[in-house]
Amino acid sequence: MATFSTSPVIASDQSLSSASPTIDIRAIVRNHGSVAAVDHVSFQVRRGEFFSILGPSGAGKTSVLRIVAGFEDPDAGDVLIDGRSMLDVPPNRRPVNLVFQSYALFPHLTVFENVAFGLKMRRVPTALIDEQVRQTLTMVKLVGKEGRKPAQLSGGEQQRVALARALVNKPAVVLLDEPLAALDQQLRQAMQVELKSIQEQAGLTCVCVTHHQEEAMMMSDRIAVMHQGRMWQVGTPREVYENPRTLFVSRFLGVSNELPGRVGEAMEDAHLLQPADDRVPAFPVRMGSGASPGRSVTWSIRPERLRMSRERPVNSDSMLTGVIEKVLFAGSETKYLIRVGHETLWEARTTGAVQLPYAPGDPVFLHWALGDGRVFFE
Amino acid sequence: MKPRSMGVNAVSLLAMLFLYGPIIVLVLYSFNAAHLSMTWRGATLKWYAALWHDEALLAATANSLLIALVSTIGATSLGGLLALGMEQMPRRRQQILEGGLVLPLVIPEVMMGVALMLLFVTVHMPLGLTTVILGHIVFNIPLVTIMIRTRLRKLDPMLREAAADLGADAWQVFRYVTLPLLRPAIWGAVLVAFTVSLDDFLVTFFTAGPGATTLPLKVYSMIKSGVTPEINALSALLLGVSMMGVAGSLYLQRREV
Repeated sequence: MATFSTSPVIASDQSLSSASPTIDIRAIVRNHGSVAAVDHVSFQVRRGEFFSILGPSGAGKTSVLRIVAGFEDPDAGDVLIDGRSMLDVPPNRRPVNLVFQSYALFPHLTVFENVAFGLKMRRVPTALIDEQVRQTLTMVKLVGKEGRKPAQLSGGEQQRVALARALVNKPAVVLLDEPLAALDQQLRQAMQVELKSIQEQAGLTCVCVTHHQEEAMMMSDRIAVMHQGRMWQVGTPREVYENPRTLFVSRFLGVSNELPGRVGEAMEDAHLLQPADDRVPAFPVRMGSGASPGRSVTWSIRPERLRMSRERPVNSDSMLTGVIEKVLFAGSETKYLIRVGHETLWEARTTGAVQLPYAPGDPVFLHWALGDGRVFFE
Repeated sequence: MKPRSMGVNAVSLLAMLFLYGPIIVLVLYSFNAAHLSMTWRGATLKWYAALWHDEALLAATANSLLIALVSTIGATSLGGLLALGMEQMPRRRQQILEGGLVLPLVIPEVMMGVALMLLFVTVHMPLGLTTVILGHIVFNIPLVTIMIRTRLRKLDPMLREAAADLGADAWQVFRYVTLPLLRPAIWGAVLVAFTVSLDDFLVTFFTAGPGATTLPLKVYSMIKSGVTPEINALSALLLGVSMMGVAGSLYLQRREV
């Protein structure tokens, strides 16, 4: 069922093998009954890297995190941290700390005591605990709230305590389970920036699980897209967004304007795409190897790659005509839903600064550069 | 006030009177100066003072307090451990144990008393303070277990995981997270167990031997020679202590951490 494009995937884990990774996950499997919640997942995380596992709920990403933390055992595979297998190491002896989605702050302890908990368990001398807790609280901007109980804090403050409670132990890896999901939109955006700057400042190695693609793209050095227990693609946010290997990845990382069809005749450096919708004329598409005439494909292009014009663009074969169906004004930009051919609805965007916006019913030319779209073979 | 809410209020008031009427009468007459009559002869505290000079009564009080204290410690320890242990069991076994815990609460207490007496006699254990304490531990274990278990099940399991994640071993998780969070429930259970033990008549009646007379037994034996104002005073005191115990327990259980 997997549909792979032949466009080269630049980022792969081979590029990491020279530098010794902090985390090395080797083909872990975790079965829940007859279903594989985690199905042969492998990835590596470098020191100081912010690595996100992105996927819809039920993709198995939280299971991966819990296996790394030691709360679940894999049915197969291995978890290495700093070169050491963790399979026989209980959670309290692993050099990782987890920031829980629900924060799981100790309600009977103050902010200070919550943050000091890990150091106290390791019997760090009191004076040192004091100093390190204060340093960490300064870093997450919670100075002055040391004596509060979690119930007396706002959601954003609780989030910071949860973070500080993990960071203070200087773990080899910080595990983040949907760290910002419980915050409202504005706070969430502010915390994205802050979390990222704390991570860079402290040189933290982070593995973050999220279903929020924008959050993952903005914070991560690399993203792994997970779906149905498997990892479909690992790469930098730009690589995964621009060069998705499957239609699922393409759709999950943003709007994917799609057109199913068949491979037509070969041209100079492209093939003709024969759309399944007979109202849409054929146009040239770069397909790479694997393009044999007649093969079923789906072609996809990102909205921001589509240019709109009222006049027919000159010297462009990469072009279709459409009719504006809906105009969605969103402030900084305007989104248009455009009917292309019979039943295909595409999205295109203009910045909000456009003086003469299009109106529903307007005919429009959509054009793009030859290499802008992606082809997915079936 | 709307007519309907007036009606509701009147019925509520009647119900409360029905519940608390006898108690109010008892407490009122414990202050009555008249000795052998139900007529009011002015207020006095002399019956309370008289209690202090009754040697037998003081001995019974000492017995009651000792039994309540020891049986509470015993029942809370065993019941608490049972509640913690049940958490680790498979669900099916938990359900079976839960049924077993409710049973002693619903069977008639007379039967419990007789059963305990027969058991002690069978194993040739002389009836006395020890047998009363054992009997009280038996009927208090289900109460304690159910109360602590209720709290335990409300605890976020993530808290224990978070503690383990931060380096706590099993004992540290219990010592620094589970136990402090259970503390209100434990003290609530202590107060209830203490109060129930202090007030118990039936099980005590069947398991007590010579020298193990408790306050409720004493009241019962005094009443055979007529209701005296001393009994009223003693009952009022017992009542006061019980109500404080139950109120304290309710407060602790409702309190968040």
